[in-house]
Amino acid sequence: AMELPPGHFSAARAAAVAVGYLRYLRGGPGRGLELRALRRARRQDIDDVGHKYYLELELEDVLDKDRTVNCTAEVLYHLGSQTTAPDVQVTVQGELRSTEEADKEFYNRIRSLEKELVAENIPDSHGNVPPELEPIHLLAWVASGYVIWQNSTENTKFHLAQVKHVKQVKRSDEDLQFDYVVLLHEMVSQEVMPWEVTVLWHPGRGARVSRHRRSPRECLS
Amino acid sequence: DQVLHIVPETFQQVQHLQLLCNTLMLDLWKPLLPEDIRAGEELHIRVPGPLVQEVKDSLDQHMISYRVLIPDVQKLVDQSMPRERGSHRQVSGGYVYTEYHPMEEIYQWMTQIQKNNSELVTQHFLGKTFENRTMYYLQIGQPSNKPKKIIWMDCGIHAREWISPAFCQWFVKEILQNYKTDPKISRFLQNLDLYVLPVLNIDGYIYSWEEDRLWRKNRSPYENGTCYGTDLNRNFNSSWGSVGVSFNCSSDVFCGFGPESEPETRAVAQFIKSKKSDILCYLTIHSYGQFILTPYGSTTTPPSNNEELMQVAKEAAAALTGKYGTSYRVGSTALILYNNSGSSRDWAHMIGIPFSYTFELRDTGTHGFVLPANQIQPTCEETM
Repeated sequence: AMELPPGHFSAARAAAVAVGYLRYLRGGPGRGLELRALRRARRQDIDDVGHKYYLELELEDVLDKDRTVNCTAEVLYHLGSQTTAPDVQVTVQGELRSTEEADKEFYNRIRSLEKELVAENIPDSHGNVPPELEPIHLLAWVASGYVIWQNSTENTKFHLAQVKHVKQVKRSDEDLQFDYVVLLHEMVSQEVMPWEVTVLWHPGRGARVSRHRRSPRECLS
Repeated sequence: DQVLHIVPETFQQVQHLQLLCNTLMLDLWKPLLPEDIRAGEELHIRVPGPLVQEVKDSLDQHMISYRVLIPDVQKLVDQSMPRERGSHRQVSGGYVYTEYHPMEEIYQWMTQIQKNNSELVTQHFLGKTFENRTMYYLQIGQPSNKPKKIIWMDCGIHAREWISPAFCQWFVKEILQNYKTDPKISRFLQNLDLYVLPVLNIDGYIYSWEEDRLWRKNRSPYENGTCYGTDLNRNFNSSWGSVGVSFNCSSDVFCGFGPESEPETRAVAQFIKSKKSDILCYLTIHSYGQFILTPYGSTTTPPSNNEELMQVAKEAAAALTGKYGTSYRVGSTALILYNNSGSSRDWAHMIGIPFSYTFELRDTGTHGFVLPANQIQPTCEETM
């Protein structure tokens, strides 16, 4: 495996995939993980398979910024495939801050709403997120993390630009369901792409994306 | 702080309440004065946080019933005036530098700045945008009869990067505010002229306020008005159209139908060309990413003065980190970001301007283009 300067764009792109994947796996309304620094990156070209990146990442929980979360990740981009998601493995060192209480509170709050929650433009044009919508914002990180992981290639770098719209859908089972329209910014093409993502979440079981598709740009206004 | 609602029933209760208000100096919202408190009439008093328990105990002791009208006054204040939530509100001469401003206000600001600093600042016409709006730059420096070297800085070439014009405005204010007291700045303005273009892509910027916050390009129409906008930072004559662009006008990196096809590009290019022998440094401000980028984007072949370019950039990044710990990476666009051609920074270097840099300001993707206004101050302070 070849050592890469951590500032090199290919390392940064692989790191973004790892973060997206981790957000999907471990994120929730009470936990948002963010990349603080990419400490080390190596790349291995595997014949007939693809390119594999070995990364050492420093993350932080946005709700617990004083602590550092270290993790290692492996990102394998499959050769020639633009349609298969990269294989990602992430190992988090140590324990993440527990979100049990916050999760329960959020769950009960949403379940007790008379009208289904609806919101748009999170953050707003000036970067503001009302505090009561922060968990919805963090759940959007989970949703977009999934989409970013599934759709990344070595030639893309995605970030969540804004939550355009979110609508809660009441369910007969115990899960909470949120239908999001998220705007993803792709750094290389500079495009902003709307994606429709449906997230199911439960405090005990975590999040699951049940449906996702890219919507045409015209749907924005 | 809490606001309590009380209806005193007896004269004794009225007296006690008056006593409480006067000795504890409580803030009576209704009625206005303690002497106007009447039995049977509604009272609203604001009790400072630390006194809440004491007041409630006293009311209980005197069997005065109350209810809490407002459980948290500060929260209500914050909610009703979201823009003033930040504890660092920088207002100078009536202009709030810690907020994002629409173009109308930026035009007014430029006029004011020139008026208030006429011995140092002159406003000049640069050109017109596609939608026929006037582009102005500010020339800042001590007037001199000898020709002076120039540092050029433009902001807002990409509409959605709001922190960029905010930075240009901040920068101007900071320089002018500290000119008399900071010997470095006065020497700076004695020896050099600063040319600042606060918003290059005016049409795009306005569009991002009114229609689409995440718009990037300018607003030239193509294909019979079915498709809009050229990426101005792919439109300069530096390996134009070769890499990192699209020839499809619906793309966000559409480079236009030829180099300098856009009026905004031409306005900047013509001016810089005319002054190029005097321009020491070309700076163009973008977001996001936290980078100081050096030429080139179109090739990994380093520019001739790469060592010096990198050294200056590294010192700048170190100074920047020194302020709030924000880390910026330094290097060429081709190595750190992606390949692109037609960028203004590459073009400036190619025509002979020795120091040419793109700054990508905060952050690294958490908020991206929608950087909260409360980060304007720290971003600008560290970048200065």
